[in-house]
Parts: sequence; structure tokens; C-alpha cells
Amino acid sequence: MSTTTTPPASPGTRRIDYLNVETTIRSWLTTTDHKRIGILFLIMTTAALALGGVFALLLRLELLTPGGTFMDAMSYNRLFTLHGVVMVWLFLIPSIPGAFGNFLLPLMLGARDVAFPRLNLASVYIYAIGAVVVLAGAVLGGADTGWTFYPPYSTHTPTAVVPVLLGVFILGISSTITGLNFIVTTHTLRTEGMTWLRIPLFVWAVYATSIILVIATPVLGMTLLLIILDHAFRLGIFDPALGGDPILFQHLFWFYSHPAVYIMILPAMGVMSETVSAFAHKNIFSYNAIVIATLGIAFVGFLTWGHHMFTAGMSVFDSGAFGILSMFVAIFSAIKVFTWVSTLYKGSIALDAPMLYFFGFLFLFSFGGMTGVAVASMSLDVYWHDTYFVVAHFHFIMVGGSMMGFLAALHYWFPKMFGRMFPARSSTVAAVLVITGFILTFTPQFWLGNAGMPRRYYSYPDRFQTLNVISTVGSWAITAGLVLIGAYLLYALRWGARSGPNPWGSLGFEWNTPSPPPPHNYEEPPVITHQPHEYWRTAE
Amino acid sequence: MSAAWAFQRATDGGGAWDDFLNALNAFYRRALTLPPQASTIARDIDGLHYFEITIMFAAAGLIAVVALYFVVRYRRRPGRDPTPRIVAPHWFEMVLYAGLLGLFVLFWVIGFRQYIDLSAPPDSAVDVYVTAKQWMWEFAYPEGPASAGVLYVPAGRPVRLHLTSRDVIHSFFVPDFRIKRDAVPGMYTTAWFQANAPGTHQILCTEMCGVGHSQMLARVVVLRPADFETFLLRRAPAATPTSGRDATPNAPPARGAPLAVIGRAAAARHGCLGCHSIDGTRRTGPSWLGLFGSTQLMADGERIRVTPAYITESMMDPQRRIVAGYPPVMPSFMGQISPAETAAIIEYMRSLADGIPDAEATRP
Repeated sequence: MSTTTTPPASPGTRRIDYLNVETTIRSWLTTTDHKRIGILFLIMTTAALALGGVFALLLRLELLTPGGTFMDAMSYNRLFTLHGVVMVWLFLIPSIPGAFGNFLLPLMLGARDVAFPRLNLASVYIYAIGAVVVLAGAVLGGADTGWTFYPPYSTHTPTAVVPVLLGVFILGISSTITGLNFIVTTHTLRTEGMTWLRIPLFVWAVYATSIILVIATPVLGMTLLLIILDHAFRLGIFDPALGGDPILFQHLFWFYSHPAVYIMILPAMGVMSETVSAFAHKNIFSYNAIVIATLGIAFVGFLTWGHHMFTAGMSVFDSGAFGILSMFVAIFSAIKVFTWVSTLYKGSIALDAPMLYFFGFLFLFSFGGMTGVAVASMSLDVYWHDTYFVVAHFHFIMVGGSMMGFLAALHYWFPKMFGRMFPARSSTVAAVLVITGFILTFTPQFWLGNAGMPRRYYSYPDRFQTLNVISTVGSWAITAGLVLIGAYLLYALRWGARSGPNPWGSLGFEWNTPSPPPPHNYEEPPVITHQPHEYWRTAE
Repeated sequence: MSAAWAFQRATDGGGAWDDFLNALNAFYRRALTLPPQASTIARDIDGLHYFEITIMFAAAGLIAVVALYFVVRYRRRPGRDPTPRIVAPHWFEMVLYAGLLGLFVLFWVIGFRQYIDLSAPPDSAVDVYVTAKQWMWEFAYPEGPASAGVLYVPAGRPVRLHLTSRDVIHSFFVPDFRIKRDAVPGMYTTAWFQANAPGTHQILCTEMCGVGHSQMLARVVVLRPADFETFLLRRAPAATPTSGRDATPNAPPARGAPLAVIGRAAAARHGCLGCHSIDGTRRTGPSWLGLFGSTQLMADGERIRVTPAYITESMMDPQRRIVAGYPPVMPSFMGQISPAETAAIIEYMRSLADGIPDAEATRP
């Protein structure tokens, strides 16, 4: 703890922190404090998770029986589209960067705030506007195209696809601003002694994510605008009936949306690097390997989009190139998994809730990653493409991974954010429910895909029913776990035991301030002399 | 080089090694819930599947076991802190990741080779033109015959499909053959397969194409080569399968058959029965049972008697007046159903007006 520069708050006196410095609603809605903005994002993205989760529950309930169970095909198609749109753009992409990135990045870098605090506040409002427009589209009839919006279906559909597209376009502006802010902050606001190779791994992860956000999101925005023009004004960019090229859309869409899966998973990987160090009380096995792998994923991730199109009619040569590049990106993920597991060696491992989510992540990510290598094998992808195998694969790796990251972060930094502890036993029960629920929900879907059940199917042949029932039951376990987490965290906000400044004994730099942090983070800028999480130094 | 190659040679049977491979294939196929291997390439692709899954389970199992061991062995206890400084030796990382890269590249080489095989039909292939539209499959042969809902192919000969779509993107998927190819409007894509033996296999659509997406089912009927020749000559096989969920075109009725019978065949051929049941079941569109002559409430509140004029309008300009409670999704059949067929279909609907199901009709 040699870098601690902030004197601990003397007990008994009411210390001013970012939560109690001002308490009016107006002070929250006009705040430029990165910590409060992080909390605002946490509230909004959690609401989005709840909404997307309700959609998922309804979908799974409909799939309980082979034919129609309680809704018609059109409602089902609208629901899975909204589920995808809400989960991807309202939860998975903004949740960890928006909530924990905003809260932690300046704390970890020893900074007073992000580089552009007012722009940061703007990103909150732009996100809210985007969310409202998407939900307005949902109320007006919703889109039924799937979150991928493939033309010419999306240019012909009778549903309200335009407001949904417009909402996603607006959300893209919000995440681009966030990314820009993080990049500039990391470059310019590092405290004295914070060299590039002393930056906490969570910051590296969010930094790499930001690069992807800034480069890829404008391409999505452009593509969505072109779809809107095709739909509303019959422009004919993508619609073959008007002379357009539907495959061009797929290239443009996946040029964004493949890197977007790394936007979702990289921050979760950053959380895992922090979590495994903090709860094993151990230096990371290879800091450099994690940094190289993080940047490698961000870079190679841009060159693999074609693997979504192996059956679309692309040339064989192009397909082969995208196939081998997809294998390379898998290597970087494997490097991380090995590094995390090796970090446990000779550690001092505490199985608090964040660590349980780390193991959940490890399991889901290992199987999700290896089935990812399998779908990158091109002849196998031809079979699995657009079947439930792919649904299971990305719910394991991208959704499971990000969810585990989000929940680990929420539990790890809850005391940092609010100065209170959550009840330990409830958190263990909830973690076991969520993790086993995930496995129970999505493992049967691998078999469904193997058996040949296509995705986005409202009704399905009878032979697929047993596995669908198991999957639906699993979705109830996830729900129970998440509801429990919501309940005990709300309870802990008010009645949880005081956590003290650093309940986990973590050597992450963000714990160098009191918890919850004062409005200005640090009384005076900290001086960094080594990497975070060098636990062997505690002997000194 | 790998188990996948070994599998390629094991299909003939005979010999203890081949028996072993066949037993292994049966075991894996059941464990992984894979459908039958009905095309020449299916077993090769499954071989790669088994090879990768085995290695991956071993690797993931190893990760899980090691992580579990560390958790138990190094759980937090008094005296455990401070932990020692351990940093990865470079040789360890290099060897590990180079080995892993080699493995992944091997997967890619085998998968790419098979992908090339999947993409390159032999010159001797039989050609079939496949047209997808919401929500049916149509098949046409250079020799003249055409069918909807059932693709007739010969066993033991390569078949090359030229796929396109009339409206949105669909995807042609036959799980038993391990093939899938998108049908894209405005362009032709190709796929090929060689079926091993006579039999019937399901065709599914795997690209989201609207409310009827999950009902866009059809079948491949693999005929003996001689029967296929007969089919091409007589436009219908000697023995026509008459069951199944999809719209099965029976052999066209003989000249002079009752108009309703001709109408039933035409309705099946054009895929009408995929959305309109003839037994009162509610599907995407209203059931035809008891529909003719009834009075229906339209989406805009108007009440309309179902007359030949309204039925004709609904075939050619379906969006104009939609029965309340049904989605406005029916495609136009303008220029696709001949006037004679229109009359026959209306006559068939009239025969269902009394509400008594058509006993002879194929269940679509």
C-alpha cells in the first residue's frame, strides 16, 4: 500500500463523499462527476437488462411447446428482435463501460475526472433519448427483422423498423462519445508515475474497447441510415428489387457487429483480470500477455467479420481468409484464459461473490470460446450457421461472459461505490443460481443446433421439444438469481454493513481513495511507483 | 493426419478397424444428437466435428480441473499471505501458444478443405433451379418439370442447386446432408450434394424471412435413379409419397378430373396450404374449411362475404382487404397462378364450404 496518499477518514465524523455532497435530483441530473454518471448508467442499463430479460422469459415460455403456446408468430418475431436490440445496444455494449468504466477509469488512473466531463453528461442524455426512441418503436409495433436488420426483409417489413433503427443510431452516438472520452482520458490524465505498463488491466480493456467503439460505430450509424433511406424513400442501396445489393449490407453490418462482440466482452475480461488478482491476492501471471492479447483482440477483431457470411455467397478464397483470421482471434482469448488460471497458482483464494462469477466466466468462456473455434472451422459453420448451436455459442461467450463480468464488477466494486457490504450468503446463493441457470438454459441449445433446429423459429418440429423445455426451465433459474441480486443489493444500499475503505484487501489503485470516494477523488494526485496488484510487496 | 481423414475411408465397412470407426461414429452421433448422415460429405464433416469436440472437451476439462485444484489447494488460510511473486516464463508462454496456434490452424486446414469440397460441384451433376419465396420452396428442372414443396433427386448422383429468391433472403438447409446455402434475391448461389440412398429428408429455412419462417418447410425425396428418370419424363415419380406436413404436389390429376380435385392439386403446388389449412386449424391465414360463402370481418371493420371475386382479389392483391386478426403478409400470386388454376382453386374452396373436411386431401 505504498502509494496510499489519502489519509483514512477519521471514524465518527461525517465524511463528504460524492453521494452525500449534494442530494437533490437536480444535482444528479446536471452532474458532471464521472462517478455519478457511472451510477446513472448503472441504473439505466440495469433497467434495460430487466426489460430484455422479461422479453427473453416470454420467448422461452413460448418455446415450451412446438406450436403456438400463447402468442402468435408476429408477436414472437417482434419479441426476439426487441430482446436482441435491447440486450445488445441498451445493456451489453453500454453497461460495463458506461457504469464501471466511467466510475473507475479516473480513479484507477489517479485523475480528478474524465477528459470531457460535460460531453460525458451528454452521453447519458443521448443514451436516454436513444432508449426512448427504441422503446417508442416497440410501442408503435416494433421491428420483426431480428437485431441484424437484414435487407431486403428490413426494407419491406410492415413493422415499425424505422424508429428502432433510428434509436440504435442515436445510441451509437452515445457510445462513440464514451469511447472518445476514455481514449483521451487514458492518454492525457494519468497521474505521476502511471506509465503505460503500470495502467490497471481494466483500464487497458476499456481503452481497447473505446478504440473499437470509435472506429466501428460510425460504420453502423451509416449503414442504419442507409436502411432507413431504403425503407422510407425506396433509395435502392440494399434492396435488389431497386437495384441494390443485400450482401453489401451484411458486410457493412458485420464490420461493426463483429467487433461489437469484443466491445461487449473486452470490458468483462478487464473485470476478470482485476477480480482474479484481487481475490487471489496475487500478481497477474503475465501482465504483458494480457495487454498484448487485449490489443490483439481489438485489432484482429476488425478482420474477421466475414465469418458470419460463409453461407451467404461470398467467394471461397475470401471465406478461407476470414476463417483463418477468426482462428487467430481465438488465440488471444486463449492466452487470457491461461493467464488467469495460472494467476491462481500459489495465491490466497477467497470465494467471495466476484470470485464465483470469475469461475462462472471461466466455464462459460472456455466452452463458448472453444465452440467458437469449432464454428470458425468453415465446413462445420455451414452446418451450424443460423441454428441454435450459434445461439448457444454466443449466449455462452458473449452474453454469459459479459453478464459474469457485469455481476462480478457489481459485487467487487459495490463497497467502493456505496461504502456498504452486501449479504454474503445471499450473494453466494444468487451466484450459484445464475451460473447454473446459464448452463442449464444454453447447453441444451448446443444439442438443438446439432440436431438441426434453426434459430428464430416460432414453431418447431416435435422432436426438439424435450431440450426446449430444459432450456426454458433454466431461464427461470437465471431470473430467480437476478431478482435475488436486485433485492439484496437494494437492501444493502441502506442497511448493509459499513464496508470500510477496502474490504477485500485489494491492491487495485482505485482503493487508494476512501469508499465511497470524495467528490474530487484524491486530496492530492497520487504518485504511482509500480504495477497494481503486487501482493508480494505486502510483506515489506 | 487426423481422425477426420480416417473417417473418410471407413465408410465401406469390413475389417475390425472399420467396425471400430463405425461404432465410434454411431456413439458420437448419438451423444451429439446429430441427424442421419445421408449425403456423401456428411460423414467427413461429422468426423471433423468429433475431432474438434473431443480435443475441446479435453482442454476445457483440463482447465476446469486445474482451476478447481488451485481453489482447493490455495484457498485463503492464515499464513497464506503474502503470496509469492510469480511471473510467466517466456518459454512457457511461447510453447503453449505456438502449440495452440498449430492446433487451430490444423482445424482450419481441414475445415477449409471440406468447405472447398462443399463449394465445388462435380461437372456431372444434375441441375435443379431452386426458387424461394415467402414461405415456400419451388424446384424446376431443365427438362421441364417443376414442383413446389418437394425436391426430387436421384440417389448416388451429384445434384447441383442454383438458388435464388423472389422476395427476401432465405436459406436452404438440409440437416441430413449437412448443407446450407442462402437464397438471395437478385443473384444465384450454388450448392451441391450427393444423396447416399433413396429416402426422405427435411428442408428448413434458416434465414429469418417473416411470420411464416418456421413453417417454410419442404422435403427432399431421393429416388432410385430409374425412378428419377421416370419422374423427369412423366413429371411425376412412379410412387408418390402422400404424407408429410409440407405441401406435396401429387401427380397432376388426369384430364377431365373434377375441377375441385384439380384445384386441390393446384393449391398444394402453389403452397397455399402452407398458410391456409383445410381442416379448420388456425395458421398464418384463415382456414379454408367453411370459409367460402361466409361473412368475414375485415381488419378495417368492413364485413365482406367471401365470394369468387373476393377470393380472386385476395390471390392477386392480398393486402387490399385482410380478414381481421390475421397479419398482412400474404404475397401476391399475380402472374403465377393461371386463370384456369384460379377457377379450380375457388371450386376447391367451394367444396369445403359445408365445413366437412376433405377426407381425401393430403394433410399439408
